[in-house]
Amino acid sequence: MVKGRMLQGARAMAEMVALCRPKVISAYPITPQTLIVEELSQIVADGDLEAEFINVEGEHSAASVCLGACAAGARVFTCSSSQGILLMSEVIFNISGMRLPVVMICVNRSVSAPLNIWNDQQDSMILRDSGWIQLYAENNQETCDLLLQAYRIAEDHRVMLPVMVCADGYVLPHAYEIVDLPDQEKADAFLPFYEPIYKLDVENPSTMGAYADPEKYMETRYMIQETLKKSIPIVEEVARDFSNTFARPSYGLFENYHVDDSSTVVVALGSMAGTIKDAIDELRTEGEKVGLLRMICYRPFPKEALYEALRNAVNIVVIEKDISLGASGAVATDMRAIFQGRDASPRISGFVIGLGGRDVTIDDIKLAIKKAQQQFEDADFIGLKEELELEGIDA
Amino acid sequence: MLEVEEQDKFGDHLFASGHTACPGCGQSLAARLVLRAAGRNVIVVNSTGCLEVFSSKYPESAWEVPWLHSLFENTAAVAAGIEAALKINGQLDKVRVIAQGGDGSTADIGLGAISGMFERGHDVLYICYDNEAYMNTGIQRSGLTPYYARTTTSPPGRVSMGNWRPKKDVPQIAVAHEIPYVATASVGYHLDLDRKIRRALSIRGPKYMQIHVPCPLGWGSDPAHTIDIARLAVNTGLYPLYEVEEGETKVQKIPRKVPVEEYLKLQTRFRHLFGKNGGKKELEEIQRIADRNIEKYGLIGK
Amino acid sequence: MKITLGTVTHPGGSRVNKTGSWRTAGKPHFLHQRCIACDLCALSCPEGCIFGTGQKTYYANEDYCKGCGICANVCPVEDIEMVSEEDEHG
Ligand SMILES: Cc1ncc(C[n+]2csc(CCOP(=O)(O)OP(=O)(O)O)c2C)c(N)n1
Ligand SMILES: [Mg+2]
Repeated sequence: MVKGRMLQGARAMAEMVALCRPKVISAYPITPQTLIVEELSQIVADGDLEAEFINVEGEHSAASVCLGACAAGARVFTCSSSQGILLMSEVIFNISGMRLPVVMICVNRSVSAPLNIWNDQQDSMILRDSGWIQLYAENNQETCDLLLQAYRIAEDHRVMLPVMVCADGYVLPHAYEIVDLPDQEKADAFLPFYEPIYKLDVENPSTMGAYADPEKYMETRYMIQETLKKSIPIVEEVARDFSNTFARPSYGLFENYHVDDSSTVVVALGSMAGTIKDAIDELRTEGEKVGLLRMICYRPFPKEALYEALRNAVNIVVIEKDISLGASGAVATDMRAIFQGRDASPRISGFVIGLGGRDVTIDDIKLAIKKAQQQFEDADFIGLKEELELEGIDA
Repeated sequence: MLEVEEQDKFGDHLFASGHTACPGCGQSLAARLVLRAAGRNVIVVNSTGCLEVFSSKYPESAWEVPWLHSLFENTAAVAAGIEAALKINGQLDKVRVIAQGGDGSTADIGLGAISGMFERGHDVLYICYDNEAYMNTGIQRSGLTPYYARTTTSPPGRVSMGNWRPKKDVPQIAVAHEIPYVATASVGYHLDLDRKIRRALSIRGPKYMQIHVPCPLGWGSDPAHTIDIARLAVNTGLYPLYEVEEGETKVQKIPRKVPVEEYLKLQTRFRHLFGKNGGKKELEEIQRIADRNIEKYGLIGK
Repeated sequence: MKITLGTVTHPGGSRVNKTGSWRTAGKPHFLHQRCIACDLCALSCPEGCIFGTGQKTYYANEDYCKGCGICANVCPVEDIEMVSEEDEHG
């Protein structure tokens, strides 16, 4: 029998947030994140979660409210998408620089212009350099599981950095799936009360957010860099503990789907892994040695573990829903860097797919794999509509 | 209503010496007087700006109370978050939250966050230190720069007499939010300032205070004259001191009307109004602003 | 020196900056003749470095006094004057 309840993703995520017992929640509606915020409002309105729900006038303030409340010692939650993520971005960097363990969900959506409310991962990818830990979920169950782990990781005194759980817009929050949520007692046991190292306290005053001159600033960046590196085993440790506690696999840094015996390995993040696994299953029945490495922990970037997992691959096929316009996909660029100066040197091709909610099909995945097996490809857009004439591009 | 803690004579030490404000800085003096009135049981959130920079160069902080700086425009929202955390933890009866920033962070880039904080009814006192320009970045025009003042982005030139717009009336914007307390104050009148801070902190809900603070560097004034200049701004009618509590306005009267020239001529930011190339029309216009204030707020008489 | 998480720091550390070295145009000399202990000099000092406990007791801590001259200017009984650094008759 399958454990759990049939829940809409947004409801499941909201219930999981409540199980984490944040004291202050602040968010601003934006499609496709809105459902989560509405569900959370209802949970607070019904008295099922004792929290301050602050309806702010914009995402910059939502993140700022969380920053302030967290600095005052409270566990906090926020959530946004797309333009909201971009508007928050200034505060996002501020939160990590101040070493505040804020946790948020980024419900992934494309960025404007043109306005488009559908899924890709350009929004969270833009913040990969912000000092936040970024965890990408495949489905609603995993989003919920990662949320609980996110607070544990963020508030670990060896870490003290914010965590962003990324969930693909529409594909996850709007879908009904069976989700197994822990009971409160078990959640509490896994996630103890938040104990800040520093907080705003009239009994013990401290100054937070002092400015650092060139003699000190660089060390603050180095400290975050080193801490992020050291948090890689902590992400694994928390996932192991989660698996043991809840008797359900949690993969930690990445999921290994037939990677070990495959000469061609797809690397991807998020919900399209389902489609990719289907494509791989079909190819494997035809005798092809193809696997998937589904990255969960994208920041910190687990270079060593990735190298070890992929060193025997001949072709690495990065398929991603983002593009550093004018360069390559962000993930492809990062993957290539891992193999610089090392013994293994697989061919690493990069494909851009599914932008702005464009369907990702099994055939698209197979096409990318086939192209990559034939020759090196970089930032190759899969799924463009050939019947469309593009002004300024097509002569 | 809450009793604000009585401060002893040396309570002003809550803002410590050794900060790096310019000599004669009105804002540093006002910040010290604010904390002297507020006492120890406050958490202060500060916007980016001169006050933040001259008081918090790591690791040397001038703040003896819990203090946090986040960004330029989000101070009211950060303060709201702190208030929410205190509230849910049952500490709001003992601790007060003050959000403070310059005129740029208040009237311009942070106005939306302030409006949101007011509208949601957070128990926060927002204080604007009004030195009438972006001083921290080198004297650029803000929404609170007065008519015809020279700043580096409103310079007088062959076709300009300086700043081309009057001051934005932020106190009245605050009043329009129907918050329980709004006041203007001046660093030149410390007793009035002290009383208003204490009054504000005794009231629950959102409060707004705007304190006029001369900036010798930005205004081109003698550092020794900071207090005199602040008083002249009040006594010309250019900076009316009033408080609005539950919709009712009380004003601090001025003894007699001082012509605006007496205030303006002490500051090089208005020097172009006294040159050979005119300025008579502009001076008349500034005088009209002062006269309108005197009439509107009934600054003269009983 | 230790760099703390998020550059959190302790209160009052600014006192290590002896801003008195900034003075270029003299310092206040408290005459202690007509002082009425109104406290206005102390209350008007941006550095918070003027202290006194009664009539004719006021003084400025020269470690911090930047020499702005506000105190001499606000004194209602003209009991403070600005003197040059060398002037030691105080
Ligand atoms: C988003 C953002 N834009 C611009 C700045 C640059 N900046 C820092 S302080 C400041 C001006 C501050 O002016 P004001 O608020 O009046 O304070 P003052 O320094 O005059 O006391 C500016 C423009 C910034 N820090 N952040
Ligand atoms: Mg200013």
